[in-house]
Amino acid sequence: MTGKLFDNIKTSSDRFELRLSGSGGQGMIFASVVLGEAIGLAEGKNVVQSQSYGPEARGGASKADVVVSSQEIFYPKAMKLDLLLAMTQEAMDKYYADLKEDGILIVDTSLVTSVPTDKYYGLEFTRLARHEIGQIMVANVIALGAIAALTGIVSLESITNAVLSRAPRGTEDKNKKAVEVGYNEAMKLKK
Amino acid sequence: MATAEKQKSDVVLKYLRPKKKFPSVWCPGCGNGIVMGAFLRAIDKLGYDKDNVAVVSGIGCSSRLPIYLDFHTLHTTHGRALPFATGVKFARPGMKVIVITGDGDALAIGGNHFIHACRRNIDITAILINNYIYGMTGGQGSPTTPSAAISTTTPYGNAEKHFDPCDLAIGAGASFVARATVYHTPQMERLIGEALEHRGFSLVEVISNCHTYFGRLNRQGDPVAMIKAFKDNAVAKARAEKMTAEELKGKFVIGGLYRSDKTEFCDEYQKVVDAHLVK
Amino acid sequence: MAEKQKRLLQGNGACVQGALYAGMRFFAGYPITPSTEVAEGSARELPRIGGRFIQMEDELASMAAVIGASVAGMKSMTATSGPGYSLMQENIGYAYITETPCVVVNVQRGGPSTGLPTKVSQSDTMQARYGPHGDYTAIAVAPSTVADTFSETVRAFNLSERFRTPVTVLLDEVIAHSREIITIPEKGEIELIERVKATVPPEKFVPFEMTPNKVSPMAAYGEGYRFHVTGLTHDPMGFSTNEAKEIGPKLNKLRDKIMNYTAEIEKLRIEMMDEAEIAFVSYGSVSRASLQAASLARSAGIKVGCVQFCTVWPFPDDTLKEVLSGCRKVIVGELNMGQIVHEIRRILPDDVEVHSVLRYDGEIITPMQLLEKLEEVL
Repeated sequence: MTGKLFDNIKTSSDRFELRLSGSGGQGMIFASVVLGEAIGLAEGKNVVQSQSYGPEARGGASKADVVVSSQEIFYPKAMKLDLLLAMTQEAMDKYYADLKEDGILIVDTSLVTSVPTDKYYGLEFTRLARHEIGQIMVANVIALGAIAALTGIVSLESITNAVLSRAPRGTEDKNKKAVEVGYNEAMKLKK
Repeated sequence: MATAEKQKSDVVLKYLRPKKKFPSVWCPGCGNGIVMGAFLRAIDKLGYDKDNVAVVSGIGCSSRLPIYLDFHTLHTTHGRALPFATGVKFARPGMKVIVITGDGDALAIGGNHFIHACRRNIDITAILINNYIYGMTGGQGSPTTPSAAISTTTPYGNAEKHFDPCDLAIGAGASFVARATVYHTPQMERLIGEALEHRGFSLVEVISNCHTYFGRLNRQGDPVAMIKAFKDNAVAKARAEKMTAEELKGKFVIGGLYRSDKTEFCDEYQKVVDAHLVK
Repeated sequence: MAEKQKRLLQGNGACVQGALYAGMRFFAGYPITPSTEVAEGSARELPRIGGRFIQMEDELASMAAVIGASVAGMKSMTATSGPGYSLMQENIGYAYITETPCVVVNVQRGGPSTGLPTKVSQSDTMQARYGPHGDYTAIAVAPSTVADTFSETVRAFNLSERFRTPVTVLLDEVIAHSREIITIPEKGEIELIERVKATVPPEKFVPFEMTPNKVSPMAAYGEGYRFHVTGLTHDPMGFSTNEAKEIGPKLNKLRDKIMNYTAEIEKLRIEMMDEAEIAFVSYGSVSRASLQAASLARSAGIKVGCVQFCTVWPFPDDTLKEVLSGCRKVIVGELNMGQIVHEIRRILPDDVEVHSVLRYDGEIITPMQLLEKLEEVL
C-alpha cells in the first residue's frame, strides 16, 4: 500500500457522530430516537439513528448511534465517534476506542469508576435521577439535557419538546425537569 | 323417474362452464362427479348468484373439480387451497368461498393450513373428498390410508395410523363438521347445503371411491362394489350413539357430526377493529 | 414544531407507509426478524383505512393469501426475510404464472438456513431473480435509504400493477432498522398505476389475452367476469394446456411483457461519474458506503464515481454498459460471496477490470474497505 490515497483525503462535511451506550434497560435506544427526532425534525438536519439488535441488545453493553449532517448522509453507520456517552463501565471499556482523539466523552460517574482519559465530562446521571427526580429511569433523559448543553447540536427547547412528545402520559413534568437538570448541571461543567 | 333425472342434469348443466371441454380428467366411475352434482344442486337450491361464488382448490384429482364450474375458480398449489381461499374471503367477506380438496391435499401437505382454517373459523366451506389414496400421481399412500392397506408406497401394507378428518376438524375448532358418502347423495346434497349456509368454517368429508388405485390394490372391486360397501359400512350418527366401540369397528359415522355458533373470523375482525377505532 | 408530514422512521416503517400510499389494502404475513415491523405496522394501519391484515400460519400460507386477495381485487403485500422468502417461492411462482400483481418485501439477512437473523446481508440477490422453479422474468427493486424505501415500495406496487407480476423489494437489515427523516409526499405527488381492468362484455373476456404489450386486462372476482385461474400452464382462456403451440407463447408472454419495457423499469443513481476512470458499483445499503468512499476519494483527487442500481432485476445491461463506458476499472461491493458481480462481468468488455469487495460476516461493507480496495487497484 502506498498510503497516498489516505494521506490526501479531506473530510469537509459537518458530519457528527454520537453514540449513546450503557446496558440494556437504561433507555439508550429511546434516548437516541428522541435525539434523532429533535435534531432531524426540529433542527432540520439529516440524521441516521441505528442500534444494536439481537443477543447483543440483551444485557451487556447496549449502544445506539446517531449520525448528523446538514448534507446527505452517505454511510449510515458511525465511523469515528465525535461524541460518546458511556452510562456503564462495560460500555466505557467497549466503545472508548471508537471515539475520535478530540471527541467528546460524557460519562455517568455514578456508575463508571475508571475512565481512560482525563479529558471528559463527568456527571452522576443515575444519582441525579434518583435524588433530583426520584426515578432512576430518567437518567437517559438527564443525559440528553447534558448532550444538548455540551454540544449545542440541539437546543434545550427542541430536546425538551422531543422528549415530551414521546413521554408516557403523566410523566411530562418529571421528564421536563430531567432535561433541565441535565442541561443545567452540564452548563456548570462547561464554565 | 326419467323426468326427475332430466331435471337433475339440467340443474347441473346450468352451472357448467360453456367453454370447457368434456370429458373430465376423472376415470369412468369416479366419485368426484357425484360430489360435483350434489354440490351444484345444493348451490342451486340456495339460489346463489354465480358471480358471488368462488371455488378454490389445490392439487389432486378432486382439485380439478372447479375447472368445470361457471363460478370464479382458483386452481392453486398443492395443499394451499385454504390459504388462497382465506385471501379471497377476507378481501371479499360477502363472497361465498368453497374449497374442494382431497385427503392428500388437505391433510398431508396442507395439514397445517387445514387446522388453522378450522381454528380461525373463517367462513369457508371445505368439501374434502376422501378416497384414501393419491389418485393423480398413481396410487400412493395418504394420511387417510387405513393401517395395513396397500398402496404403491405401502406395498407390504400401511405401517402408519390414519387421520379421521372430521375428528381433526372438530379438535381444531371448525364450527360445522359433517360426513357423507357418494352413495348417500341426497344426504350429501343436504349436508353441503347446510355447510354453505353455516357462517364459520364448515367441513363436509365425502367418502369416495378410487377404484383405479385403492380399489384395485386392495381388491375392493369395481365402482359399484366400492360404493355399495360405503352403504354397508355407513352408520347414521343417531344409531352410532347407541352402538359400542366393538360394533362400530370397520364402520364410519355419517351425517351432521358437530355444530357450534362461535363467532366467525371476518365478522370478529371487523368487530374488534370497529370497537377500537370508532371512538 | 416540525412540518406535519416529516417523520423519523425505520426503513421497515417507511415500507409500510409507502405501501399504504400506493394503495395497499391487504397484508398477510408471518413474523420473522428483521422484517417483523412491516407486519406490525400493517396490522396497526390497515384497519384504519378499511384494509385488512392477517397473520397466517406460515409463509407459504401468507403468500397464498396475498395472491387470493389480489385476485379478489385488492392491492396486496407480504414481508419476510431469508428463511421465509425461501418458503414463499412456491407461491411466488404461482403469482408469476397466473400473472397476479403483488409485492413481496424481503428484508435480507444472513444465510443459508436460519443463518443470521439480526445481521445484514445481500445474499438473496439471485434468489430474487431465480427463486421459484421454471422460466419467468423477475422484477426486484432495492432501496438504500429510508426515504428510498418509501418511494421504492410505491414503485414496486406500480410495477406490479403495470406488468401484472409479483415484484420483490430487496431491503436489507441496515436500511430496515435504521431511522431517518422522511417527508411523506402529498396525495398525487407520486403517480400511482392501477392494473388495467377488463372492459369487454363478460362473454368476450379473455383473462390471459395476448395484447400488443402482452399485459392482459384483469377482472377481480365478483365483478361479473367468471374466469379460471390455474398454476398449470394455460391458454389465453386460462385453461390448462399441453399444446406446444400454446405453451411457448405463454412463457414468452411472461418474459416479453417485462423485457420489452425495461426502460420503464430500470432505475440507476449515477454520482460523481464525470470523467470517472473507476466506478464503485453496488445496490442497497452498500451504495451508501460506495458514495462515502467515492466522495472521500474525490477529495484526494482520484476520479472515482458511483453507480447504484435501484432496480436490480431485470439487470440494466445496456444502460449500465453505457454509464460505465469510460471506466477502466470497476469495484463491485456486495454483502455476499459474489452474486451481482457476475452480471457486471458479463456485460463489460474483457479489458475492463472488475474487482470485488465482498462481505458475508454479518457486517456492512465500510467506506474504508472500499478505499483500501481502490488503493490496491489504482
